Amino acid sequence: MSKKNWPLWEVFIRSKNGLSHKHVGSLHAADEEMAVENARDVYCRRSEGVSIWVVKSADIFASDPSKSEELFETAKNKIYRHPTFYDIPKEIGHM
Amino acid sequence: MTKQEALFEYLLRIGDNSLIIGHRMGEWCGHGPILEQDIALINIALDHIGQARNWLQLACTVEGKGRTEDDLAYLRDAYDFRNVLLCEQPNGHWGDTLVRGFLFDTFNYEFTKAMTQSSNSDMADIAQKSLKEISYHKNYSCDWMIRLGDGTEESHEKMQHALENLWKYSGELFRMDEVDEMMIQEGIGVDLNEIKKEWDKTVNETLEEATLKRPEDGWMQKGGKKGVHTEYLGYILAEMQFLPRAYPDAKW
Repeated sequence: MSKKNWPLWEVFIRSKNGLSHKHVGSLHAADEEMAVENARDVYCRRSEGVSIWVVKSADIFASDPSKSEELFETAKNKIYRHPTFYDIPKEIGHM
Repeated sequence: MTKQEALFEYLLRIGDNSLIIGHRMGEWCGHGPILEQDIALINIALDHIGQARNWLQLACTVEGKGRTEDDLAYLRDAYDFRNVLLCEQPNGHWGDTLVRGFLFDTFNYEFTKAMTQSSNSDMADIAQKSLKEISYHKNYSCDWMIRLGDGTEESHEKMQHALENLWKYSGELFRMDEVDEMMIQEGIGVDLNEIKKEWDKTVNETLEEATLKRPEDGWMQKGGKKGVHTEYLGYILAEMQFLPRAYPDAKW
């Protein structure tokens, strides 16, 4: 048997109608159809989902962790971007 | 043979097929070629065990002697089992297991689909409930036949070889006797000659896509439905029944 591994896939599951797909984990499969079947067997054994997306892990382009500061830290001192300065009328209750 | 005896016998045949192939597939647990397929196979094994429970529970009710599904599974000896010989064949390599599953699942799908029309409402209900699972089993098996049949030279050869080895056990799936005749007359059972046509179609189409050659129908092994088994069943029961026989009141 070939020692070559099957490609890795990232799995996204939608738990019920109306909610978006959420990343649940990854798995190996030879192609996209097998990836969906494997995802069904590995991640949907307890009625977790109604829809599955799979994406080749290699196709995901991620942010560079070493650039975390310049990418994310700068938002921290811009508190005016959060809508926390409005008075909310009592009648509205929790937003 | 009374109608009640025939019905009991008929239910054992269905339930034992599920129980024994389910147990066989369970032997893969922790040994699958990769984690994902290990889980996939065990999911299917558990589907079979769940279905076996339903059929054997109903068999106990029909028999009316106060036995339970556990009594039937764990306290019968080999000659009282009614599964077809195909289900008890060893797992072999991954391809052997898949070919065994393919021959059985394609049969089981047509059988269960026809059973949803049974005049016995309990049986029609169990069939209806099982059919979604069995459709998945069938698709899973056919998919793998195509992948490996039409895969590499080595995988093709292994699948063809497995197919030729197991083909002689496919005939028994469609063999009918007086039990079948009585059940068909009552509108309870399935005419196996009828579903054979659909089975042939699925098998031929899948094998063609898998670039595998359908073996010639030669001598077909039989006996399981009458309680005459291959040597393998004894070993299966030895493992499956050890605990409840050694510790009769053991609780989960």
